[in-house]
Amino acid sequence: MAINEQTLASMRELVARYPQPRSALLPMLHLVQSAEGEVTTDGIAACAEVLGISPAEVTGVSTFYTMYKRKPVGEHHIGVCVNTLCGLLGGDAVYEALSERLGIGHNEPTADGKFSLERIECQAACTHAPVMTVDWEFMDDVTPTSALDVIDRLSRGERVESTRGPVIRNFEATEHTLAFPDDGLAGEGISVDAKMLAGLRYAKEHNMSAPRSGQEG
Amino acid sequence: MTLTPVITEHWDQPDLYTLDGYKRVGGYVALEKALKLDPDAIINTVKDSGLRGRGGAGFPTGMKWSFVPQNDGKPHYLVVNADESEPGACKDIPIMMANPHALIEGVIITSFAIRANHAFIYIRGEVPNALRKVANAVAEARRAGLIGKNILGSGFDLEIVVHSGAGAYICGEETALLDSLEGFRGQPRLKPPFPAVAGLYASPTVINNVETICNIPYIIDRGVDWFRSFGTEKSPGFKVWAVSGHVNNPGIFEAPLGITMRQLLEYAGGVRGGGKVKFWLPGGSSVPLLTEEHLDLPMTYEEMAAAGTMLGTGTPMIFDETVSVVKAVTRWLEFYKHESCGKCTPCREGTYWITGMLENFEHGHAKESDLDLLVSACNQIAGRSFCALGDAAATPFPAALKYFRDEFVAATNSPVDDAFDPVASYIYAGAATR
Repeated sequence: MAINEQTLASMRELVARYPQPRSALLPMLHLVQSAEGEVTTDGIAACAEVLGISPAEVTGVSTFYTMYKRKPVGEHHIGVCVNTLCGLLGGDAVYEALSERLGIGHNEPTADGKFSLERIECQAACTHAPVMTVDWEFMDDVTPTSALDVIDRLSRGERVESTRGPVIRNFEATEHTLAFPDDGLAGEGISVDAKMLAGLRYAKEHNMSAPRSGQEG
Repeated sequence: MTLTPVITEHWDQPDLYTLDGYKRVGGYVALEKALKLDPDAIINTVKDSGLRGRGGAGFPTGMKWSFVPQNDGKPHYLVVNADESEPGACKDIPIMMANPHALIEGVIITSFAIRANHAFIYIRGEVPNALRKVANAVAEARRAGLIGKNILGSGFDLEIVVHSGAGAYICGEETALLDSLEGFRGQPRLKPPFPAVAGLYASPTVINNVETICNIPYIIDRGVDWFRSFGTEKSPGFKVWAVSGHVNNPGIFEAPLGITMRQLLEYAGGVRGGGKVKFWLPGGSSVPLLTEEHLDLPMTYEEMAAAGTMLGTGTPMIFDETVSVVKAVTRWLEFYKHESCGKCTPCREGTYWITGMLENFEHGHAKESDLDLLVSACNQIAGRSFCALGDAAATPFPAALKYFRDEFVAATNSPVDDAFDPVASYIYAGAATR
């Protein structure tokens, strides 16, 4: 599918953000995925055209980064962290349970195109291990049971909230956010949870605080 | 040592992420002060504070700023490294989700100090919720005249761009980050020249970690003496510690540098089930692991170095006795192998060979002499790679061998999953779900 005029206009809008046009390439490739579902040959050609570089150069960049997919991704892209901490604390079992239920392996989509699955690396949420992501939104502290429940609810088209973020949309919507992150959803859902407040709450319960200087108001 | 919430002090305010919420707790007061100061005075204040980079290396922040040549006629840039991807590191993403305006305020003050009119916040792509929080804060600050032309009537202009990465651990390395931000494959650059002289677009560039930048408004507002009342002479200040692993209450705990792991463990509710710490890492998988005997060491840059490890990101991972150290190290090497950018041979080939050999131990078909071969292979990578990723990849195995040689020997002819039931390490209740 050729890249439409609206997407091309958005690409030019991204280019205008930067002192040098090529700096926009990573967000532009996210935009391609939001429009095409993956990094397509047409998308590569469009990036190359807008930036005045060769399609080979764009391809070279797109193949370096794991978030850019060169084959179809599901409507919902599921990630399970299998790095040491998450994996050993139960992420391995979560991945196996999802892989078995969905009948797919790493970076594969289901036959109906509903889901794809990825063994992901550290998601910067180790305090919330094991960590899963749905369309890159956090699903913290999962178990095989709770992970399968998320899949079931998404399959039925039910509303599923990220544990630290907004209601789950789909892979392409998240990719659009990665290109244009001021997506109007900053106020949705919970972003600060009990684990992020563990120290603050402990400090308050035990009358601990940082000393203040005299000049502070 | 008590907890000292500073950066995290108001995280329980539901609207802290908004401009109004941040201003209500004193936000942007430091910016007003800073814009009336001479930029060099700000650089000197940060130098005097002794603040050291919170991204892992611990380089003195003020010194880094002072390397930027002034009156050179070139544009200057500030780039915030928000590519937090180190296994075990999970403090910058929470900071951005909870208190994005502290980052923005720090970015404006820092840009003013180093005379940059363009700042970039490079956030890893896998965390859209951090991206949208920071982008929202930038938009709010722009509408309020805190970003843009003639900020608060100071004559200072600044644009801030929130930039998304696309999945590459190597982009946390500052020169790889610059290449990525310029729209290339994220591979490290040869140094020198250092970014302070020739960074983004070959112009003078300061690259700082998120937590580092979040310290700046507090230092400007409350002063050097106040800042130095926390921590030690060589490691002043406070730290957002993120404690993860086999503890009862994992989470974020802010306390001065110099707190011990034993104290942090107490705040985190101790090891689950009253168990013992088998091994722990002070700050990410790239620092050598420690054991229970090190729990009482002050966690400062200097004391961790003296113990043969590093403070790193200050995000301790705790593993109890259910965990096979062989399996843990093998998994980390699989990560480094996956993330090696391929630019230099020692790292590209070395991570491949080390990982393969470690997997032989994990599956119980290795030879004891392989341990010497592994040490040799690590020595061929450490100090011989293009960037710190190679050094990091050569770190986990020698540290593990130092304390747990018997476990590697036992794994030569017996799969580690036989000796360590994987289910026992699961953190959730009723873990036997398979």
